[in-house]
Amino acid sequence: MTDSIAENALDFVGNAPYVVVALLVLMSLYAMLTQKNLIKICIAISILGASVNMFLVLMGYRHGGGIPIHYLKGAQESMVLPTPQCLTLTAIVIALATTALMLSLVIMVNKHYGTLDIDEIRRLRG
Amino acid sequence: MNVRDHLPAFLVMVPLLGSFLSPVAVSFGKTVRNVFFVAFAALTLLAGAAICVATFGGNILVYVMGGESFALTMPSGMSYPVRILFEIDAFGAVFIFCVSAAAFAGALFSVNYMERFSGWKRFMPLYFLLTAGALGMCATGDMFNFFVFAELASIASFGLTAFWRDKPEAVEAGFKYMFVSQIAAMLLLIATGALYGKYNAVNMGFLASVMESGTMERVVLALIISVTAFRCGAFPMHTHMTDACAEAPCGVTCLLVTVSQASFYGLVRVCYSIFPNLAGGGTVGWLLIVMGSMSMIFGVMMAVIQHDIKRLMGYHSVSQAGYLLTAMGVGLLALGRGGGMEGYGLASIKGGLFHAMNYSFCNGLLFLCAGSLYYATGTRGLDKMGGLARNMPWTAAMFVVAAAGISGLPPFNGFVSKWMIFGSGFAVHPILPALGMVTSVLALASFVKVFQAAFLGPPRAKLIAAREAPYGMLAGMGLLAVLILLLTLFPGWFMGNVFDNAAEALLRPQDYIRAAMGGR
Repeated sequence: MTDSIAENALDFVGNAPYVVVALLVLMSLYAMLTQKNLIKICIAISILGASVNMFLVLMGYRHGGGIPIHYLKGAQESMVLPTPQCLTLTAIVIALATTALMLSLVIMVNKHYGTLDIDEIRRLRG
Repeated sequence: MNVRDHLPAFLVMVPLLGSFLSPVAVSFGKTVRNVFFVAFAALTLLAGAAICVATFGGNILVYVMGGESFALTMPSGMSYPVRILFEIDAFGAVFIFCVSAAAFAGALFSVNYMERFSGWKRFMPLYFLLTAGALGMCATGDMFNFFVFAELASIASFGLTAFWRDKPEAVEAGFKYMFVSQIAAMLLLIATGALYGKYNAVNMGFLASVMESGTMERVVLALIISVTAFRCGAFPMHTHMTDACAEAPCGVTCLLVTVSQASFYGLVRVCYSIFPNLAGGGTVGWLLIVMGSMSMIFGVMMAVIQHDIKRLMGYHSVSQAGYLLTAMGVGLLALGRGGGMEGYGLASIKGGLFHAMNYSFCNGLLFLCAGSLYYATGTRGLDKMGGLARNMPWTAAMFVVAAAGISGLPPFNGFVSKWMIFGSGFAVHPILPALGMVTSVLALASFVKVFQAAFLGPPRAKLIAAREAPYGMLAGMGLLAVLILLLTLFPGWFMGNVFDNAAEALLRPQDYIRAAMGGR
C-alpha cells in the first residue's frame, strides 16, 4: 500500500515538469486573450516561448542520464539527448531577436498613439 | 567541384551573403548599392531556375550541411539522418522558382521605388533575409529548420511591414503580423517537439517512413495545418495578411505573396509526404476544401468593396490562397477515395500547382502596378485617381495582363489552372466549381472597377503631371508580365516539364523518403 503511494508520488513528481509546461502555456494564452496592454501581451508571448523551450528540453530528458559530452563525463550508461538542447538554444536566440523587435515596435506604437491600450490602437480596419 | 551538386547550398547562401554584405555596399554610394542589389537578386533567381531545371524528370536534390560529404545523409552506421538536410524535389522547385523570380522582380522594382527614401541599410538586408527565409522553407528537409526559416522570414517581414515607421498604420500592421506569427511559430515548435519526443528525429523523410496514425500524430497534424494555413492567409485568420500587404513597400509585398506560398508549401508537404495516411482519411481534405472555399468567397467579396488599391489586392491574395487550398483538399479527397477517382485528384493537384505559379506572378505584378500608381500619384485611394491610362500606358497594359491572368479569362494562364481545379472539383461536390465561378466573376468585377477608377475617365486636374514609372520599376513589372505571357502561351510545356513532375513527386512519398535516407 505504502509502496504504491510512493510510486504514485514518484510518478507525479516525474510528470510535474509536463504539468508546469501545460500551466505556462495556458497562462500565456489566457493573458494574450484577456490583457489589453501591449507590454503584457509581449510578456505573454515570451512566457509561451519559455514554456515551449521547457517542453523541448523535457523531450530529451532521460532519467538518471549524464551530460551528453563524452570527454567531460567519460563512459556512461545513459545520457540526456543533446539534440533538443541544441534546438532550444536556437529557439532562445530566435526568441531574443523577436522580443527585441517586438519591444521596439511597442515603443513606436506608443510614440504614434500615445497609449498601449489595444482598444485604442485601431486604425486598420476592414 | 560540380556546381550542380551544390545548388541547394547556393540557393540560401547567396541571399544570406547579400544580406550581410549589403550595409557595406550601401556605404559605397548609390550606383554600387543598386548594382549590388540587382546582382544578388539575379544570382538568387539563377540558382532558383537552375534548381528547377535540375529537378526535371523527377530528380531529387539532397544536400547535407556540416557533414564530411555533401551527399552523405547517414554517416557511420546511423540508421536515420542526423544532420541538417536540404531536400528539393520537383514540387519544392516550383515554389523555389516562384520565390526567386518574385524576389528579382521586387528588387528591380525597389531600386527606383525606394530611391526617394533613406534607410537602405535596413531595407536591403531585410529584403535578402526575407528571400533567404522563404527559399529555405521550400528547400529544407527537416521540421526544425522549417521553423527556423519561417522565423527568419517572419522577422524580416515584420521589419519590412513596419519599414515606414513614421506611419502609425505601418507600425500597427507590423505589430499585428508579429503577434500572430509568433503564436503560430510557437505552436509549430510544440508540434516539432512532440514529433521529436516520439520518434527521436526531426527529419521529414525519416518521420514519413515511421509515421503511425495515433492520437498524438492527429494533434500534431492539426497544429501544423492550422499554423501553415494561418500563415498563408486562409480565411478566418487572414487579417494580418491584408494589413501587411497594404502597409509594406510595394516591392516587398510582391515578395510577401510568395512567402505565404512557402507556408503553403509546408502545408502540402506535411499533408502529402509526412502524414499521407492520416491526411488521406477525408477529414483533412474536407477541412482544406471548406477553409479554401470560404477564403475564396470571403476574400473576393471584401476585395470588391475596398477603396484602397493595395488593400484590395491583399484581399485578392486571400481569395487566391483559397483556390490553392481547395485544389489540394480535392486532391487529398479524390486520391483517398480511390475507385477511379485518382485521375481527378491528380488533375486537381496539377491545376493547384499551376495556379500557385500564376498566383505568385499575377498577384506580384498587381502589387507592383499598385506601387507604380502610388509612385506616380502619391495616393492609394482609388477615388482620388482617374484617367491615368494616357500618362501611364505601360502600367495600364501590364495591369490588364495580370488582372486577366488571375481572374481566369481565356486564353490566359489563369483559365487553364482554374479549369483544371474546377473540373476535378466537380467530382467531389458540384458546389465547388460553382463557388469558383462566382469568385472568378467577382474578381473580374473588382479588377474592372480598379481599371475604370484608376486608368479610364477624364484626367484629374491634380494628376495631369503624373508620369510613367521609371525604367527600373517597368523592368521589374515587365519580368513578371513576360513570365505570365510565357505561362499563357506555353501551358503545355510547363505542364509537361514542371507541373506533371511536381504532382508526381508529391504523390510518391516513398521517393522522398528514399532520398532522405541516402538512396536506400
